[in-house]
Amino acid sequence: MMSPAEVLNARLQQRRALRSRSIKPWYRNGALVAGIVIVGSLVLIAVLAPLLAPYDPIAQELRNTLASPSAEHWLGTDKFGRDILSRLIWGAQVDLRVGFLAVLIPFVFGSVLGAIAGYFGGWLDTILMRIVDVFFAFPFYVMVIVLVFIFGSGEASIYLAIAAVSWVSYAKIVRGEVLVAKKQDYVTAARLGGMSHGRILVKHIGPNVLSQAIIYGMSDIVMDIMAIVTLGYLGLGIAPPTAEWGSMINDGQEFITTQWQQATIPGLMVVVASLGLSFLGDGLSDLMSPERRK
Amino acid sequence: MIDRLKFIPARLVQSLPVALGVTLIVFLMAHLLPGNAALALLGERATDASVAALTEQLGLNRPIWEQYFIFLTRLLQGDLGQSLTYQLPVTDLVFQAIPVTMSVLGYALVLALLISIPLAALAAFRPGGARDLGVRTYTLLGQGMPQFWVGIMLILLLGVNLRIFPVGGYGTTMVDHLYFLFLPSLTLAIAMCPTIIRSLRSSMIDVLGSDYVGTAKSKGAYGVALLRDHVLRNAAIPTVSVIGVNLGYLVGGSLVIEQVFALPGLGSLMINAIFARDFPTIQGVTLFVALFVVVVGILTDVVYTMLDPRVDFASKDQT
Amino acid sequence: MTDPLLSVRSLSIGVKRGSTDPTLIVEDVSFDIAKGERFGIVGESGSGKSLTLRAIGDLLPRGVEVLAGSIRYNGTELIGMPRSSRSKLMGPEIAMIFQEPMTALNPVVRVGEQIAEGPRRYLGMTRAESMTRAIEMMAKTGIPDPVRRARAYPHELSGGLRQRIMIAMALSCDPRLLLCDEPTTALDVTVQHQVLRLLEDLCDDSGAALAFVTHDLAVVNQTCTDLAVMYSGHIVESGTVREVLSDPRHPYTQGLLDSAPDFDRPDRPLIPIPGFPPNVASRPSGCPFAPRCPFVVEACRTAMPPMVTVAPGHGAACIEADRISRELVAR
Repeated sequence: MMSPAEVLNARLQQRRALRSRSIKPWYRNGALVAGIVIVGSLVLIAVLAPLLAPYDPIAQELRNTLASPSAEHWLGTDKFGRDILSRLIWGAQVDLRVGFLAVLIPFVFGSVLGAIAGYFGGWLDTILMRIVDVFFAFPFYVMVIVLVFIFGSGEASIYLAIAAVSWVSYAKIVRGEVLVAKKQDYVTAARLGGMSHGRILVKHIGPNVLSQAIIYGMSDIVMDIMAIVTLGYLGLGIAPPTAEWGSMINDGQEFITTQWQQATIPGLMVVVASLGLSFLGDGLSDLMSPERRK
Repeated sequence: MIDRLKFIPARLVQSLPVALGVTLIVFLMAHLLPGNAALALLGERATDASVAALTEQLGLNRPIWEQYFIFLTRLLQGDLGQSLTYQLPVTDLVFQAIPVTMSVLGYALVLALLISIPLAALAAFRPGGARDLGVRTYTLLGQGMPQFWVGIMLILLLGVNLRIFPVGGYGTTMVDHLYFLFLPSLTLAIAMCPTIIRSLRSSMIDVLGSDYVGTAKSKGAYGVALLRDHVLRNAAIPTVSVIGVNLGYLVGGSLVIEQVFALPGLGSLMINAIFARDFPTIQGVTLFVALFVVVVGILTDVVYTMLDPRVDFASKDQT
Repeated sequence: MTDPLLSVRSLSIGVKRGSTDPTLIVEDVSFDIAKGERFGIVGESGSGKSLTLRAIGDLLPRGVEVLAGSIRYNGTELIGMPRSSRSKLMGPEIAMIFQEPMTALNPVVRVGEQIAEGPRRYLGMTRAESMTRAIEMMAKTGIPDPVRRARAYPHELSGGLRQRIMIAMALSCDPRLLLCDEPTTALDVTVQHQVLRLLEDLCDDSGAALAFVTHDLAVVNQTCTDLAVMYSGHIVESGTVREVLSDPRHPYTQGLLDSAPDFDRPDRPLIPIPGFPPNVASRPSGCPFAPRCPFVVEACRTAMPPMVTVAPGHGAACIEADRISRELVAR
């Protein structure tokens, strides 16, 4: 026996469901648009750095160090006399590039492992879940820092370190999705029709479970940008004098009393990037979830 | 109640494989170093003699299984090796640093709850309203701010401009500690809040729509009393799990924050060890932190059981 | 004629929808409940009976609000009262019992404590005193071994026991008006009977009035003295139980009686009412029952029929009320 409120609710839901048969076009999705605009602008800035930056980011002007913002140097100069605005623009290249690229390996590696474990189950699955549990015990930053130390300095080792730690999340997510998907009727039908496991995984289950991994991937990009910026701050990231937001914040912390913008503005860039990526992720999640799922 | 806590020994046993796996990975870390481990540890300028000595000390010329076994036995005796920089047992260094890190974590948790509970309640009592939107905007922004940067901003605002709090250091007396640790703990708390608020708000909305809250209102409860006596106890339950899961990430964050505020905790120990290439210390801190996370997982289950009388891990574990 | 305990006038409840007209779920409902009276509100799901009750208790779900009308308790207008004053009434004056005791009890608090909460907050009792009272109430509601049971959690008790806990909780502050929203629907039939008797006895003892919402005519027959029949948000008939059930004057009431099993005449065929109640958002103008009514005439569809007094204290909202009476007599 439903209460009147439930009855009303159910009826309102019915009406809403009928209305949404016409799927909202992508450009009406506020979050998606905002995300595309913000991230798009940042990517443009990064790509067009050579054209946009007024100065060479590593060129030092030792007679003009720690200058306040002026017409010549819109954001002032740092302790080596380098133009902060130019370093900010070139820094976008580094941080965004690392953030985006760093998700690729864990995404692929983790998803594949998770799909195999979830689909075939049994001892394969148990072993994978144990390994996942062990990896989850290590705090993200601790592991990344230690691995960067072990693999040596340089961009490649950063990718490797992040990949070694983040693949587990993808494995867990994709495994969960596959566990649900493989019970669906269309999979049983395909097996009965004689389709091989491999083809089922790739053609049928794959596209459906990947949407969740992609959505997670968006937030993972944010985490990776945070990681590279944090490594930069600690002095463990991309080696100087390359411009990078994290190391800029470190440089700026010394002069927080006089030139506070040096430490503040690069951080704001990170916030903006994260915001844009979050919106993108939300918008994508809206786009992908109910309609695409079978 | 004690009855229901009987699951703890079984859970500890269940966690052994994970703990073992942790030790294995920490052990293997040394062997991931390219080339001769000892040489890599000491750097290219090391003399042959010191390389040979370190090789002997770390037992690097024995088969790998034997090395792991030695590592484990030493570990169980509380021996994590000698720090290369301080020439002191790593265990001592770690234990010296623990109180600082734990204080920051605990302090941060308290502050985070003090901030999150009212904000989540404000948002949950009227979802979609102006306050809710404000709270959700804050969580969105908060998740995008690098933790160390937040620390620096707090230093700027409260330490430099307003001169209320010190910008670094640890202090000597207990009261000193509370004072010195406020900014770093607040920084960590601000990092925790978005996750806690998201979860708490969502579960509060669920609870506020439930029948038993209706019953409570029909008994005349409303506002703060309703929140305190009825909503919080139920809404906290799923949030406890969320906090437990995220604690690992937060421990990592606290290590970075120690650098920002120059605190003598595990974070500084670790970072200094990295720059000094003091591998035993690196290993020791990593091991401790990972095992801590495993223990926190068990503690989360304990707290969960204490909060929710419907849950009974003890009987489940019997299967 | 003393003043009624509760007086509802032209109450309308619904959902506001921005600039367009609000959707009315309950429309223009009026009735009185005297002190100590047992008043039943009967109707099927969707009739608005639960919402009417909840409006009295200020427990409408989010988004649903009182759009018009008045609810007077002991002469004081409840609608528009600030939350702080309104909630002082709930507990000591007005209490509510819900349908599903499993979800209506706080799962993480011991039941004794839940019963003790009211007396502690409103009767100024100490922890110990309120717990004693809670155990007293539990004993009164027939719960065996109340001292031990008070320390139990809701999920450890059976459905019947939980409902008794709810009753004990509601009566703990000795309210004057007890609102019951289908309190026995979720219980086994045997337990239903016990719980109903319990409610009746307790209300007799304390002199509390009862507002009893249900879809079950048999329950109303047994427990209540007066009743109102609701259909699609309107009251279509009201009067004493004996009057209305022996001489129904609204086609819907009559349909309900015809479709309900009657133990006195087991061979009588059950005649269901054809069709379905109208969708809340798309109610036709005129009498909402018109599409399903065997006595419908053209005038029924133009406007909602007003409540007509067909006998002292007995009203029906039907143009054809007299004709119905004649037809029944003819059968």
